[in-house]
Amino acid sequence: MSSTSTTTNLLEGKKLLVTGVLMDSSIAFHVARLAQEQGAEVVLTSFGRTMRITQTIAKRLPSTPPVVELDVTNDEHLDTLAERLGEHVPHLDGVLHSIGYAPPGAFEFMSGTWEDVATALHTSAYSLKGLAQASLPLMSRGGSLVGLTFDASFAWPVYDWMGVAKAAFEATNRYLARDLGRGHGVRCNLVAAGPIRTTAAKSIPGFEAFENTWDQRAPLGWDVDDPEPAALACVALLSDLFPATTAEIVHVDGGVHAMGQ
Amino acid sequence: MAMSEQEILAGLAEIVNEETGLDAESVQMDKSFTDDLDIDSLSMMTIVVNAEDKFGVRIPDEEVKNLSTVGDAVTYISANQS
Ligand SMILES: NC(=O)c1ccc[n+]([C@@H]2O[C@H](COP(=O)([O-])OP(=O)(O)OC[C@H]3O[C@@H](n4cnc5c(N)ncnc54)[C@H](O)[C@@H]3O)[C@@H](O)[C@H]2O)c1
Repeated sequence: MSSTSTTTNLLEGKKLLVTGVLMDSSIAFHVARLAQEQGAEVVLTSFGRTMRITQTIAKRLPSTPPVVELDVTNDEHLDTLAERLGEHVPHLDGVLHSIGYAPPGAFEFMSGTWEDVATALHTSAYSLKGLAQASLPLMSRGGSLVGLTFDASFAWPVYDWMGVAKAAFEATNRYLARDLGRGHGVRCNLVAAGPIRTTAAKSIPGFEAFENTWDQRAPLGWDVDDPEPAALACVALLSDLFPATTAEIVHVDGGVHAMGQ
Repeated sequence: MAMSEQEILAGLAEIVNEETGLDAESVQMDKSFTDDLDIDSLSMMTIVVNAEDKFGVRIPDEEVKNLSTVGDAVTYISANQS
């Protein structure tokens, strides 16, 4: 896939933490790739048994970044994150949250148990606060926190409790923007991406339901195999081009969010 | 330069050994990844991405589903290697 970006060095000298690179289909992989192309220094995170996959995939980036362990549901990992990152970068200018998980039961709205839902909320929503807090010691110069959501204003087919988790995630972003603005100078924004065929998406039973209709509904059309538009928006929000924007959600969905039908 | 099926098998056995600790000798053409070698989906993903890099092939997810035995993987890699 070739980069469609025309500007260069948008992120010159910036140090970024990029979570969520699993495969080279991951949205975060393309953010890391584009960020490096724009001059950023990147550190990745992964966790548990997926560490080895991330380490292999990391070699496919323009330059191979270090991979630091972070399970966002593990308090010890969060508590020691800044210290462990400090071995690789002196500070952070930006952090990408590209993490989502819900157990299979959470994709059945009426039968999903609290246990299923609690896991979804912890990993996919509360984790934005956890990641922000853990990164803050390295962000004394201010910076940008960017996350990925799937528009939580609607009840979607099959998305179910993950949709509820995304609603909580979007609210978490607003509260973070409130608390990390003045005093910290950290901007907090989300990209609401249309459906993209990644590992997480393919693990959602019935995900194809979105794939077929999105392209037809989008005024600009939509390619479920192209993570680059969403990744480019993340790069823009991580750059200095949005200095007065926080608590915002940028839709990168071909325009579907604004259509009645 | 194209590798022989024997060379691919040996390379694959090495990757399986690194991921699972299984003896490289137990990785035979007729062995099923799940039933005989007890490899779960996460280990399979790890093996696939490492095989892609080692053999210079692309193994799409849709294809991974069809690779039930070691022999299936060796045949696919052999046919698609650059
Ligand atoms: N693919 C889509 O259609 C789509 C659309 C809109 C938003 N998103 C969002 O984009 C983000 C990235 O997903 P993706 O589609 O690139 O899929 P992906 O499977 O490539 O990435 C999901 C990542 O979450 C990580 N993760 C899961 N549990 C974790 C934990 N406990 N600690 C740390 N990391 C953990 C996984 O390791 C993986 O890297 C998610 O927030 C997802 O909801 C995806």
